[in-house]
Amino acid sequence: MIEIKDIHKSFGDNYVLKGISGKFEAGMNNLIIGGSGSGKTTLLKCMVGLHEPDEGYVLYDGRDFTRLTKDERIDIRKEIGMLFQNSALFDSMTVQENVMFALNMFTKQSKEEKLERVNFCLNRVNLEGKNDLYPSELSGGMKKRVGIARAISMQPKYLFVDEPNSGLDPLTSIVIDELIDEITNEYNITTVVVTHDMNSVMGIGENILFLAEGKKEWEGSNKEIAHTDNQRVNDFVFASKFAQAAKEKL
Amino acid sequence: MFTDFGRYILLLKAVFKRPEQWKIYWKNISHEMVYIGVNSLYLIGIISVFVGAVMTLQIAFQLQSDLIPKTIIGSVNRDSAILELSPTISALVLAGKIGSSISSEIGTMRVTEQIDALEIMGINAPGFLILPKIIAGVTMIPLLVIVSIALNIIGGYIGGTFSGAITGADYYRGITEGFNPFTIVVSLVKAFFFGFIITSVSAYQGYYVKGSALEVGRASTSTVVISCISILCADYVITDLLL
Ligand SMILES: Nc1ncnc2c1ncn2[C@@H]1O[C@H](COP(=O)(O)OP(=O)(O)O)[C@@H](O)[C@H]1O
Ligand SMILES: [Mg+2]
Repeated sequence: MIEIKDIHKSFGDNYVLKGISGKFEAGMNNLIIGGSGSGKTTLLKCMVGLHEPDEGYVLYDGRDFTRLTKDERIDIRKEIGMLFQNSALFDSMTVQENVMFALNMFTKQSKEEKLERVNFCLNRVNLEGKNDLYPSELSGGMKKRVGIARAISMQPKYLFVDEPNSGLDPLTSIVIDELIDEITNEYNITTVVVTHDMNSVMGIGENILFLAEGKKEWEGSNKEIAHTDNQRVNDFVFASKFAQAAKEKL
Repeated sequence: MFTDFGRYILLLKAVFKRPEQWKIYWKNISHEMVYIGVNSLYLIGIISVFVGAVMTLQIAFQLQSDLIPKTIIGSVNRDSAILELSPTISALVLAGKIGSSISSEIGTMRVTEQIDALEIMGINAPGFLILPKIIAGVTMIPLLVIVSIALNIIGGYIGGTFSGAITGADYYRGITEGFNPFTIVVSLVKAFFFGFIITSVSAYQGYYVKGSALEVGRASTSTVVISCISILCADYVITDLLL
């Protein structure tokens, strides 16, 4: 479980996060949603330490990440996997080298053990046999899947995902969402997904945190979000004509 | 400007932290050595031969006097190659060739979040990305300068004898006469610092790119400008201190 308490963050005089608190449970898809520029990525980056919050703190199963020095964070870092918006695969490495990277850096496993783990992860994301391809030879959806394989290579307890569906067609989006959902349940991972994709929200949103103007505007599940009378949430969720038509039938 | 310099020093401090895994660093260092050293040989070679040939002709042109022995042409060409032309011209050319490619490589990794991906894993990204390049720079650029000196002197021979400005025998006597080995030391000290400047300045520019691909291009342009100016300043300081 990850807990955040009263996170504040500004860039110069751009006050982006104005005190956000929340709880993200293990074995659950926790979604952070909100419009573009509402600070979703900033919140995610504050949680994983790519940004330092100005105020507030982040607890990983009770361990205060924010107060630790860079070196002291390494232990928690090894329990964190992250899938980036544009996958952020290492261009100069093959698929296999990408997935094996953290194993090479941090474990003393034999070559066979590492290869076995890599193949297991690639299998899990349905990319068996693609070991020797380079990122430039992969489609967007395949890159995401390699990104997931890389993120789970060290058997993380925490998985962070930024916009898993950006740049993907609707079918591939659903495949990626389902993959994240399955992995979260199988390994009891605390998963935090940033998204503005309504299909994801309805599909996998077990615990949703809605950001607006730097504050937590609403919190609940995908079952509750369709029936909330919060105007901002409604405007966001039912922005498309298609969604409005669907709502009228509900 | 001063905050830039402060950030540069802080970055270097992170670069020289103890690596997580020497084995992987070694692999990267040898890779960078090939990239910086071997792949630049051809360019440095051609430039050195031509500079040597042209310098010999110019020296011969300026020393047209019966009082001065012709062998001096060879000696002057040798010393100017060792002390100034080979290290400085090589460094300026490499600032363009290697510097811009390092800064766009690291800058691209920054804007595509590859550096964030390293940091999330708990890897010291500056060390992992930059240390191998600096080590390769401070070892391979001195080696390139040695090659450049040799080719510069050979170029002088070819140019001098081909044009009839000096006979082969005079040139050969000139380059062997009154040789001071300390000049080689000065040359290598320069090459070492130039190698450090080229790799570290370009890495710094790439590492702190913000925004988009457009910024990556800008960073690599300013890398070349800043490296060239720094090389020339260092050239002056080292020459002043050692000679
Ligand atoms: N590194 C940064 N430096 C300065 N401003 C930033 C930085 N990252 C994000 N911002 C600003 O923070 C705000 C929120 O951005 P972001 O968290 O990326 O939004 P979202 O992910 O919800 O679209 C934007 O106004 C953006 O300009
Ligand atoms: Mg974002």
